[in-house]
Amino acid sequence: MSKLLSRRGLITTGLATAAGASGLAVAARLADRYGLIPPDHGGIYGAGETLTYAAQRLLTANHSLAREFKRSEISKAIPIDGKPPEKESYQRLLAGGFAEWRLKVDGLVARPSFLSLAELRSYPARTQITHQACEEGWSFIAEWTGVPLSYVLNLAGILPRAKYVAYFAFDESWDSLDMPEALHPQTLLAYGLNGQELPAPHGAPLRMKVPRQLGYKNVKYLSRITVTDTLKNIGGGQGSISPDYGYSWYAGI
Amino acid sequence: MAGSAYFPRPAIRTSDTADAPRHSAVVRITHWINTLSFFGLLISGIAILLAHPRLYWGETGNLETPSLLDLPLPFVLTGQTGWGRSLHFLAAWVCVLNGLLYVLSGVLTQHFRRDLAPRSLRGEEQPPTYNVLQRLTYLGVVFILFPLTIWTGLAMSPAITSVFPALVTGLGGQQSARTIHFAAAGFLVLFLLVHVAMVCLAGFRNRVQAMITGKDRT
Repeated sequence: MSKLLSRRGLITTGLATAAGASGLAVAARLADRYGLIPPDHGGIYGAGETLTYAAQRLLTANHSLAREFKRSEISKAIPIDGKPPEKESYQRLLAGGFAEWRLKVDGLVARPSFLSLAELRSYPARTQITHQACEEGWSFIAEWTGVPLSYVLNLAGILPRAKYVAYFAFDESWDSLDMPEALHPQTLLAYGLNGQELPAPHGAPLRMKVPRQLGYKNVKYLSRITVTDTLKNIGGGQGSISPDYGYSWYAGI
Repeated sequence: MAGSAYFPRPAIRTSDTADAPRHSAVVRITHWINTLSFFGLLISGIAILLAHPRLYWGETGNLETPSLLDLPLPFVLTGQTGWGRSLHFLAAWVCVLNGLLYVLSGVLTQHFRRDLAPRSLRGEEQPPTYNVLQRLTYLGVVFILFPLTIWTGLAMSPAITSVFPALVTGLGGQQSARTIHFAAAGFLVLFLLVHVAMVCLAGFRNRVQAMITGKDRT
């Protein structure tokens, strides 16, 4: 290869690399500003996670509603995955009918609060019959009653810096939602199942319902929700306990 | 996937363009990217399926409901669905973008019309290339099976169906979509086996080299 060619080649390659890199950097910045980068965007599968999340966020930008079903379509039986926490603090609350239980709402909110089950029940309720699929492949349809998470968040007063809502359970489980999902009208803090009080194996006293995502985002036995602008300081920093088990943070699938 | 061959002579191009490659560069590149992504999808698809190797019809299905088909496979719940799903989606993106490039180029260069549209073998002055059955099979794979796996894959997404509910209601429900997804994948694997068998029959090295370099060895 001649000297000229190789020099020209070098310059061209260099310019192309620089242009490509800065183009990617600009794209990444824009994507980040519009909330299109998931917290678990790193690693070998990061590109796939990011493409899926960004594409679905753009597609569902107008609060599209998950499908709702007729009463006659409710599943006769709901398989139960896992057991209620055995730890003493939970068992004591369960024995007392959760009268002493409080949901802690904190983080980037104007009015941090502790909400009782009675208070949550006194708020405007929403009942919806939705489909829930487990990431394993099985699924069921059930009727859920609860207060929209958006109502509780607005009551507490979300600060402008807020980007995520993380939620924690009495067991070690925790997860988080971006603001579009947290403020979605079907995202519920559910305390009722098929017209009954939420039974313990299904997450009493309160569980998250996120009908536009897979089952594992619907964390049971909630004790705390916190509004935050970063997930880096929580757990492994990847937005939920799921990535620790190899699962995606975003589960709109 | 426009590979294979049945006739050993350079066939896709006619004699007056004998120097032209047997397969265009776009066909060759997209073929191997597709091969890679298909294996990624297949392996990860099996990993996902093994968490619940039971198929249903309708909207819902679980261990407490009757199944459509109990696959003779063990239930494996050792955390393989996490990476399985991540690999499946990464490979799906590669497969779909690569497939779009292939289809777009196939339309623009008339690859489909010239090489894959069915035509009678009789009365042809030029040496025949793929026979009618091969042409229909390739078209079925490109325009029916792959789109069907994409459709049924999207139909299993609660976020996507919140925007386009007809994707799943048109199939009879989320579990029906899962079952059809599995069936379509099964037909793609069947195609792959026959495809590789035909390549072997037609001369493995020659055919593979033609799909890499564009030229037959002879």
